[in-house]
Amino acid sequence: MLGPTIDKFAAPKNAYSVACTLSPWFAWISILLFAGGVYGGLFYAPPDYDQGEAYRILYVHVPAAWMSMFVYVVMAGAGACGLIWKVKLMDAVARSCAPLGASFTLLALITGSIWGKPMWGTWWVWDARLTSELILLFLYLGYMALQSSIDDRRTAARAGAILALVGVVNIPIIHFSVEWWNTLHQGPTVTKLDEPSIHVTMLIPLLIMSIAYTTFFITMLMVRLRAEILDQERNTTWVRELVLGGTD
Amino acid sequence: MNEFLHMGGYAAYVWSAYGISLVILITNIILPIRREQALLHDIKKKLQREEHKS
Repeated sequence: MLGPTIDKFAAPKNAYSVACTLSPWFAWISILLFAGGVYGGLFYAPPDYDQGEAYRILYVHVPAAWMSMFVYVVMAGAGACGLIWKVKLMDAVARSCAPLGASFTLLALITGSIWGKPMWGTWWVWDARLTSELILLFLYLGYMALQSSIDDRRTAARAGAILALVGVVNIPIIHFSVEWWNTLHQGPTVTKLDEPSIHVTMLIPLLIMSIAYTTFFITMLMVRLRAEILDQERNTTWVRELVLGGTD
Repeated sequence: MNEFLHMGGYAAYVWSAYGISLVILITNIILPIRREQALLHDIKKKLQREEHKS
């Protein structure tokens, strides 16, 4: 149905070997980008005229927040593919996304809280942006709880995909929350393409950090996928050969 | 250097945000790698037990 190329790629054995080959490359790219991005964010970018040096939290906060939403969309998309075409690899992708997305969301919430304290004078407010991001964390945690409480893989994947797809409605709410409601959280500075309100010397490290987080996600997705595939295929001949072959 | 570490008076906030990010990212690396190793070990043990029986 999907054509011979995708079928071949989606074969667990091939996917496993692709993940093994590519993950070190993405890991190195990610390490280099993190080094460049952190250097840029802490040394190269000038202090903000309004927030002084405190705004440097932006370089770890904003990419984490972007990733928290991006990973969710990937998870729901993979879940949908697993649901529609019954591709086991897609179920494994969705399952691998959840803990990664949850940790990006947690990171966005914690770093946001640390940034909020000196700027707003409070660690937390129940405004639309913060609340919808917290709901995102609960969606990830709910998905993970669902996965671990259902023993049958197919049923767990199906239930998870439906939960993830229903939760997608939260993503535009997070994104537009700062425009729809009058929030304490500041409005967008980068995605206003007509007139970005961020200086280019501040923007470059942010873009580098964003690609660093993205490649980090891709790396860890592949590492998690390796384990998922091994677990899923543990009774097949190729896994037996792989495991026993590596002993001698 | 001291001035850099001081972060214009926001040192505690900036460094704790970067520190927590580092901790969460590194945890994200360690956990799946350990899981993969544990899984390989587990599968290997089971296969060896089966071989032993037959």
